[in-house]
Amino acid sequence: MIEAILLTIITAATPLVIAAIGELVTERAGVLNLGVEGMMIMGAVCAFAGSYLTGVPLFGVLAGILGGALFSLLFGFLTLTLVTNQVATGLALTLLGLGLSGQLGESFVGIPGVKLSPIVFPVLSDIPFIGPLLFRQDITFYLSIALVIGVNWFLFRSRTGLKLRAIGDSHGSAHALGINVIRTRYLAVMFGGACAGLAGAQLSLVYTPQWVENMTAGRGWIALALVVFASWRPLRVLIGGYIFGAVGILQLHAQAFGVGIPSQFLSMLPYAVTIVVLIIISHNRRTTLINTPACLGKPFVPDR
Amino acid sequence: MKKLIIALAATAAALSGFVSGAQAQEKTKVCFVYVGTKTDGGWTQAHDLGRQELQKALGDKIETPYLESVPEGPDAERAIERMARSGCAMIFTTSFGFMDATVKVAQKFPKVKFEHATGFKAAENLATYNSRFYEGRYIQGQIAAKMSKKGLAGYIASFPIPEVVMGINAFELGAKSVNPNFKLKVVWANTWFDPGKEADAAKALIDQGVDILTQHTDTTAPMQVAAERGILAFGQASDMIAAGPKTQLTAIVDTWGAYYIKRTKALLDGTWKSEQVWDGLKDGILTMAPYTNMPDDVKAMAEETEAKIKSGELHPFTGPINKQDGSAWLKAGEKADDGTLLGMNFYVEGVDDKLPQ
Repeated sequence: MIEAILLTIITAATPLVIAAIGELVTERAGVLNLGVEGMMIMGAVCAFAGSYLTGVPLFGVLAGILGGALFSLLFGFLTLTLVTNQVATGLALTLLGLGLSGQLGESFVGIPGVKLSPIVFPVLSDIPFIGPLLFRQDITFYLSIALVIGVNWFLFRSRTGLKLRAIGDSHGSAHALGINVIRTRYLAVMFGGACAGLAGAQLSLVYTPQWVENMTAGRGWIALALVVFASWRPLRVLIGGYIFGAVGILQLHAQAFGVGIPSQFLSMLPYAVTIVVLIIISHNRRTTLINTPACLGKPFVPDR
Repeated sequence: MKKLIIALAATAAALSGFVSGAQAQEKTKVCFVYVGTKTDGGWTQAHDLGRQELQKALGDKIETPYLESVPEGPDAERAIERMARSGCAMIFTTSFGFMDATVKVAQKFPKVKFEHATGFKAAENLATYNSRFYEGRYIQGQIAAKMSKKGLAGYIASFPIPEVVMGINAFELGAKSVNPNFKLKVVWANTWFDPGKEADAAKALIDQGVDILTQHTDTTAPMQVAAERGILAFGQASDMIAAGPKTQLTAIVDTWGAYYIKRTKALLDGTWKSEQVWDGLKDGILTMAPYTNMPDDVKAMAEETEAKIKSGELHPFTGPINKQDGSAWLKAGEKADDGTLLGMNFYVEGVDDKLPQ
């Protein structure tokens, strides 16, 4: 039973972690993209289409990543090249994504999808308890873990990561040092889009293998909130995502078990607990301020 | 933030409704406001099929603009009002949560006719219509009791409103008529539409040992989980057999078309009056999807019950029935009146859950 619960938690937490880690990189570069929900739903519909049309779910994953990245390019063009307001553009991106995905996916409604098959590690997957949890998962789970570790290394241990953070903290200084601010930001935005697309692919290929309009149901917004509450630290995103997933699943079990606590209260718990925990681990205001990208959401026009 | 976006979306959708409706002014406009998307595979899809039937039957005289994904709450009022302003002669608002919004807009537009689904507030120009879903749920309960090896079913519920509580009770009563010890576990998803959460609720119930699943939420995700885990399940609002060909026992299928045609005809010939309609299996406002994945004797039992409900011989809420705490509710042979059913806020004996108040 515990194993079954943990498996459900992993499935619920994975899309949040993936989408949030992508947005974290975008925001570290100083760009606030509120279009996560829209990019995620575009990823979901592209992934379902890719899987259904080719018959190979793995192509669906690729299609989801590509769909999300291409869709974010639109945001990049508007906010970085045309220097539109990032908040408004991000909101518009979400609206557009929700509408466009509904249109694109109209013919896929009601078709049962194919679930992405797990990648089984030989020997390791036979370890009792840990094996099925960690070594008999689909590719999106492995990618989510790899992304967190990779992004953590990239941001704080690599030279390019240092440049990216420099751009997020002071794009003027970075520009003066000869770093190409716009190009880096484009790449960061597209990385965020690709991650959101991958998260969407997880929804339509693993979580609930089907296409339904609005199937993200607000998960993009939760991912956005996770980035802030994790104070832009990758490992905290992982912790936050799993706490949110875990409390969300456990409250359903508590109901089924019959603990007699009002379900409205239980439904609220994942939000409340995640916020409280992340506030506690990031209570040091000084380090939080250091971690907050100083140029977040500010437009940048390179002077000659 | 999300609310704001939904509001913007609703406004944008309403505006597009204007545009599409502006082309043919001579036709009477019969409008629809949906809570979900018309392709959700469940509740809203059933209403949209009804609308399409209406369009087909009376398409030369009317047009049927609709708004999708209108959230319940203040935004609903804005969306319905926009519909009214755009020249709709009659507006069907198809979610319980649109009730107060519909009442308010109906006051502002006395010449427009309003029809609100599943609510209980009526006015001169506001009729209500509802379906006796509980009749189908009673049949489901009987089937569940026959098919469950453990005598334990799981129920994915949306919000603790009378409609849903009534369904849970009817299911339990049907099950108990076959197996007096039948138990029912309930999980409140607190949403009508969230495939992921509905799937999570289904998994939680299955992990807690239920071997039959039924749902009062709108997507096919729980059916899909049931199919994956190899247990049986019931569909909701639309026939969900595609999501579980070897899983679905039957489904309560809402067939609103006949009602929509009847009311629109009344509007056109000027005989429309505000009524409070509560139709059931016998009126064809709900039907049972084919009984599948069960042995013949269970199927025969289900068909017999269905016939008895249609003929009026059987009322699911007939005493003796005790409330959850064991206190008496209905005496032997006593039938629950509609008012009590429509305001139902208590469980019957055997439901293994604490009702959120």
